[in-house]
Amino acid sequence: VSFIPGGLDCSISFVSHVLGKVCVHGRQKEILGVLMPHLTDLTKSHCIWQRICWRLVECVPDRWMEAVVLGFVQGAPGADVLSRLLGNLVVKNKKAQFVVTQKMLLLQYGHTTAVLQDLLGYLSLDSLRRPLLLRVLQELLETWSSSSAVKHSPVEQQLYISKAILICLSHMKEPEIESCRQELLTSMMEGVKCHLDSSLPQLRRLGMVVAESISLKINTEGPALKFEYEEDDETRELKSLLVQTPPFCVVPSLPDDDRSEKAAAALPLVPESNEKPHTAAPVMPDEELDAELDSDDDLAPYDMSEDKELKIKAPVYIRDCIEVLTGSRSEDVDKWEATVKALESLIRKNPAATREVSVELAKILLHLEEKTCTEGFVELRQRAQVAVLTTDPIPVAKYLTSQFYSLNYSLRQRMDILDVLVLAAQELSCPKFHGKTKHSGAQKPCIQLLTGSDSSKDWRGIVDERIKSKTRRFNMGQSHVELASHPNEFNSVAGHFFFPLIQHFDRPLTTFDLLGEDHVVLGRLVHTLAILMYLAVNTVAVTAMGKALLEFVWALRFHTDSYVRQGLLSCISSLLLSVPTERILADMTEELLETQSWLGDVMEKDPDGDCRRLALQNLLLMENLKKKLEAVPS
Amino acid sequence: MALPPPDPQFVLRGTSAAVHTLHFSCGGPEPDIPLLFSGSENGFIHVWNLKTHRVDTALDGHGRKSVYCVETMGGKDRLLSQGRDQRICLWDLAEGRTSVTDSVFTEHVGFCRCSLLKVAQGRWLMAMAARSLEEVQILELPSKTSVCTLKPEVGAKLGMPMCLKLWQLNCDSQPVLLAGYEDGSVVLWNVSMGKALSQLICHQEPVMSLDFDVEKAKGISGSSEKVLSIWSLNEQQNLQVYKTHELVNAGISDITIRPDKKILATAGWDHRIRIFGWKKLKPLAVLDYHTATVHCVSFSDHSNPQERLLAAGSKDQRISVWSIYAQT
Repeated sequence: VSFIPGGLDCSISFVSHVLGKVCVHGRQKEILGVLMPHLTDLTKSHCIWQRICWRLVECVPDRWMEAVVLGFVQGAPGADVLSRLLGNLVVKNKKAQFVVTQKMLLLQYGHTTAVLQDLLGYLSLDSLRRPLLLRVLQELLETWSSSSAVKHSPVEQQLYISKAILICLSHMKEPEIESCRQELLTSMMEGVKCHLDSSLPQLRRLGMVVAESISLKINTEGPALKFEYEEDDETRELKSLLVQTPPFCVVPSLPDDDRSEKAAAALPLVPESNEKPHTAAPVMPDEELDAELDSDDDLAPYDMSEDKELKIKAPVYIRDCIEVLTGSRSEDVDKWEATVKALESLIRKNPAATREVSVELAKILLHLEEKTCTEGFVELRQRAQVAVLTTDPIPVAKYLTSQFYSLNYSLRQRMDILDVLVLAAQELSCPKFHGKTKHSGAQKPCIQLLTGSDSSKDWRGIVDERIKSKTRRFNMGQSHVELASHPNEFNSVAGHFFFPLIQHFDRPLTTFDLLGEDHVVLGRLVHTLAILMYLAVNTVAVTAMGKALLEFVWALRFHTDSYVRQGLLSCISSLLLSVPTERILADMTEELLETQSWLGDVMEKDPDGDCRRLALQNLLLMENLKKKLEAVPS
Repeated sequence: MALPPPDPQFVLRGTSAAVHTLHFSCGGPEPDIPLLFSGSENGFIHVWNLKTHRVDTALDGHGRKSVYCVETMGGKDRLLSQGRDQRICLWDLAEGRTSVTDSVFTEHVGFCRCSLLKVAQGRWLMAMAARSLEEVQILELPSKTSVCTLKPEVGAKLGMPMCLKLWQLNCDSQPVLLAGYEDGSVVLWNVSMGKALSQLICHQEPVMSLDFDVEKAKGISGSSEKVLSIWSLNEQQNLQVYKTHELVNAGISDITIRPDKKILATAGWDHRIRIFGWKKLKPLAVLDYHTATVHCVSFSDHSNPQERLLAAGSKDQRISVWSIYAQT
């Protein structure tokens, strides 16, 4: 497509029509791929060409405007280029304005960061367009701070909106921020509250990063808001969006990613915290080779081999440990610390002695608080608790599950109970014999439940592998070597772990309401039940557990918290994997059919991506079950 | 082949309380009995007869509050003791008397031992921690007049003074004070002018004890961490770190250099007494007798070098007396 140079007065509305028609049929990339580089070069030098270009886009009929604008925004190599090409189109044309300020930012979320940068940069480059930028920021903040949006919109969309907010903030100038400071502050406070309320760690982090950035912008003097969270690639990328590098002349052939990389590099490196200047610079040389009579030489040293580090001895008997831990003598802190460190190995070495005092020990450990600044105290305590639980499962499980539903425990303690139950169940169901696991094929990754929130991801990994192994087995027959099997110690106690936990979930207490505010604990409980179900494979109680679990899931299936829903779907997966197929089909057919239709619903309509994936997996598992049953001759 | 460490020559029992401070007085001419003064947590000062190994006298002058410093002033007849009752008492012990002749009310509630320096016949200077948190007061004894108060500058954040040492290069020069503080630094003060000459950060934790060798202008300090710090004073009166020595276990309560400047002893929180050569800080011996923290060590001032002794007092209520490296 070539243009007529020179000062000819021509009408380009025909070209606009062609452009529009082509774009709306989906051929934006092809035509704009050729057109844009030409226009970019031409508009750089001649303002006549700029005006021609503007006329070109302005004349595109409204019904095709969206496609054309989208194409331009996506294809432009930079905000300044976009500005040259489109001019003040967004101000003049209502449709274009809608597309740029509303549709691309609030209704769609699939565009890349580079596109966002270009779009918002374009809005900021001209004084006629800046008011639009302000309005865009306000609307974005409204969405970001609305609690229903945080709860129900997918994480990807929230990430997109957060990025857009940060880029807007980076373009704002001081007087503009001044004028809307109050609104920024209000939105920030509301938004932070909704984000921190969420059970998904990614959303919490998003909220924290955005809130920090907003507070940084509105409080130029004085301390800015600072949250504690782990930095990862996402947070670093988000923070880099706050720093704007001046647009420089990028050759059109360079990919768009370059600009975001350069922006990231402009992030000032935090200076390394200086070590306290060590004043110990030795002044005199150590070796004095000049002949100064060393009268020390005639002093013969004595034997000092006995001089070793002083170790505080920990008690050797379990009952002594109990005395030390419950004793109120504050002087013996060293002994207390040594006891805490030695407790787990003592418990494991003396199972008979532990069984005599197991419930008492469990009680002490549940209430044990850190007295000294011991390293790894939480882990030491948890390992001791797991050791007690595995040594004497039934009474201790009874105690712990009853305490889970009792008054006056903190949320942290209740979640600790759940973690301990899971770790102990894992240990009981696969005793450590050179790392071989009982379930052939499925790898058992080490579940770090201390950090807690990521257990659902680990389990998804396990379930994925399990599904893979199951499907393979169906297709290719027994291809795995059976590993040495051991009696599953979890068999006799699985019910004791599982049923008390599931019993009282709908009975609220004054300090603990699973179905109400404490949905974080509910989420953890559901995940715990899924894990216990999974570990109960081949136990006697597994069918009863399965039925109870299915009822539980059915009651909670419409819960608003996505972490809880993910847990419920993991429960279904565990159920399908652990309960023998014959029992499922014999005892739970109607429930399963209902569940199947629920899963289909979830797969299509649930806003959370993880939920949808899990639902799909479950449906696949159910399909496999059916096929398996059909394939095996009865 | 190294010999195993020696056993104590004898052990003094009978204080019935943790021993916090020791001081020998054995320099007198022959008919005089060598004595060891000890201060205990129950407020008593015991005067031990080193020939019979028994307590000759028990002095009660601090209202049963712990005594943490005893020093003699020119002979065994005049004693100075400092206790947790915020008082420093001067005793007259001549001819069997046991009376407190004078006392100074320090208003100091810490544990900083005072330091004595004889400046002229019958006149001493005493440095002690004063009532105000960071200050050190210098008094002249026996007149008890205040010579000066050494205040660190505002914002220095040194903390409490933990240990003091007054010294002068020779009889004509200015008295100088070395003070170790809670923040781990050692400060050199000029007493007459009342200002600080040099400050050195030796430790990360409070300086528990220090000692100084006037001839070699080298000093050593110990703290609650695992490091012993040796520092020196150059011609410009500036303190510089000379070297550090790392210990096996953390915590030093007391350090003292033997009067002949050949060896030094440290009292450790790990119940052990360590002996080092002073020249190069070569570890010489680890004396392991006590069963609780050793609070103090002290070398005797025998005129006959062969009879020299080292005494250590501990929380286990015993005083161990050793004869070590007495031959050199």
